[in-house]
Amino acid sequence: MVDTQRTLLLGNLAAVEGAIYAGMRFFAGYPITPSTEVAEGCSRELPKIGGRFIQMEDEIASIAAVVGASVSGMKAMTATSGPGFSLMQENIGYAYITETPCVVINVQRGGPSTGLPTKVSQSDTMQARWGPHGDYTAIVVAPSTVGDTVTETIRAFNLSERFRTPVVILMDEIIGHQRELISLPKPGEHQVINRVKATVPPEEFEPFQLTANGVSPMAAYGEGYRTISTGLTHDPMGFTTNEPEEIKVKLDKLRNKIMDFRSEITKLRVEMMDDAEIAFVSYGSVSRAVLLAVALARSAGVKVGLVQLYTVWPFPDNKLRDYCQKCQKIIVPELNMGQIVHEIRRVMPPDTEIHSLQRYDGEILTPMQILEKLEEVM
Amino acid sequence: MEHKLLDKIEIPHDRFEIRLSGSGGQGMILGSVILAEAIGVDYSKNVVQTQSYGPEARGGASKADVVVSTNEIYYPKAMQLDMLLCMTQESMDKYYTDLHKDGVLIVDSGLVKNIPTENYYALPFTKIAREEAGHVMVANVVALGAIAAFTGIVSKEDLIDAVLKRAPRGTEEKNRTAVEIGYAEAMKVKKDPSRRAED
Repeated sequence: MVDTQRTLLLGNLAAVEGAIYAGMRFFAGYPITPSTEVAEGCSRELPKIGGRFIQMEDEIASIAAVVGASVSGMKAMTATSGPGFSLMQENIGYAYITETPCVVINVQRGGPSTGLPTKVSQSDTMQARWGPHGDYTAIVVAPSTVGDTVTETIRAFNLSERFRTPVVILMDEIIGHQRELISLPKPGEHQVINRVKATVPPEEFEPFQLTANGVSPMAAYGEGYRTISTGLTHDPMGFTTNEPEEIKVKLDKLRNKIMDFRSEITKLRVEMMDDAEIAFVSYGSVSRAVLLAVALARSAGVKVGLVQLYTVWPFPDNKLRDYCQKCQKIIVPELNMGQIVHEIRRVMPPDTEIHSLQRYDGEILTPMQILEKLEEVM
Repeated sequence: MEHKLLDKIEIPHDRFEIRLSGSGGQGMILGSVILAEAIGVDYSKNVVQTQSYGPEARGGASKADVVVSTNEIYYPKAMQLDMLLCMTQESMDKYYTDLHKDGVLIVDSGLVKNIPTENYYALPFTKIAREEAGHVMVANVVALGAIAAFTGIVSKEDLIDAVLKRAPRGTEEKNRTAVEIGYAEAMKVKKDPSRRAED
């Protein structure tokens, strides 16, 4: 059967397709290489379907507009790269504490500062988790192909709506700027989750109501409910508080609403791990080089496999331990000076040999470089 | 040095890897997108297109890779090129070593003078574009026509369809002519290598 949906799609535009599929109807952003095509795609597509695109004066205003759109009831997104992601951190923190669903795409490039606008990097892995100050739990997803980018963007919106929290999509220059032939999902092919709305009479409404799963039903501004969004630590009514017991309840809520459901949030691709003695653990574009390296090493008789993290944060402690329990050695290839490798050291038994394979010159690790490392540790 | 693993590794030849290289502004990236779209009309093939360029709008080295396979393409970048197009001397010098020993080298004979092999095809793409196709800007499309003829990776008809989908309104005829001339000139060279075109 001829699949008429097959199209050669740019990674950044795949994010637009996924977002619109998931119900995104508001985009505010400030164009920056290598993420610009996300904004361009939104500016073309959103007006056609009754959505809104705004090019703001900078990244600080962009994320502020996104938070504003979301508390007004829309599914909202922005897209940026390293320098813009740094500027957005304060208001991403505001989204965490006000429990505002929204999606922030970071198409990573080399840094720090203006760094390498057109070069690939994975050096924002820790910033995506710890960017804003304070205690909170972050959800961060990472595609590696153009097809993944559609599905992971849909998943990011679903997680964001389900848990009332910002979700970061960590892409990189290679994923954003590669084109692949893919089939776009048909309506109904993927589940689309919408935030739980307030249904109680307005006088009973608590904007940050304590519930069994930690997620409070949400009312949009203008729907007749008294609601409030303050960056100050607040009680279930949204009023600022200095009471130690209320403060702890709020911070526990921010963590537990996510960590209690960690096994449903974490998602891994596991390749050839059944009898693997050596494992690669990776995420993002470098996973594709690892996949080829693993296939080539297997054909040469080496028992090696791959665990790819589609969810980078929260870190999949238990699943990773389970998949790698028979591996004496783990190699962690990253396009940075070694970031996620520390999580793997934290999670694995102390007698596991863990090797960091780093590249941070603006280029991707090649399959041959990965095989050289494998040979070295064998 | 002996490699207990690396010596056993052979990159499987289930991939056809193409690189278009030149200087920013010569349309190498757009050319690679058009080529990928033209090849992708064949549903038995997977195609990945990637690119590498500098922060400048014009000038600076620019390259774009197209990887074609009937299998799933794991690694999206080229590893050993089956075909290399060089539109500048700088790109010739930089990427020649990435070409597989049996790979096809195609150069713009007006712009690339030092070629480290006897085994190549040369046509003055930029000159043809300016003098015969009507505008220097379609040099990349002339080169695409030649690539279709030299490699057979895509039919001339599929290439013309893909070019016309991307051509700005009013430039359709120039672009169609550019493919036709590039294809025809390349077929002449291919049939009779001694006719290797001079600038």
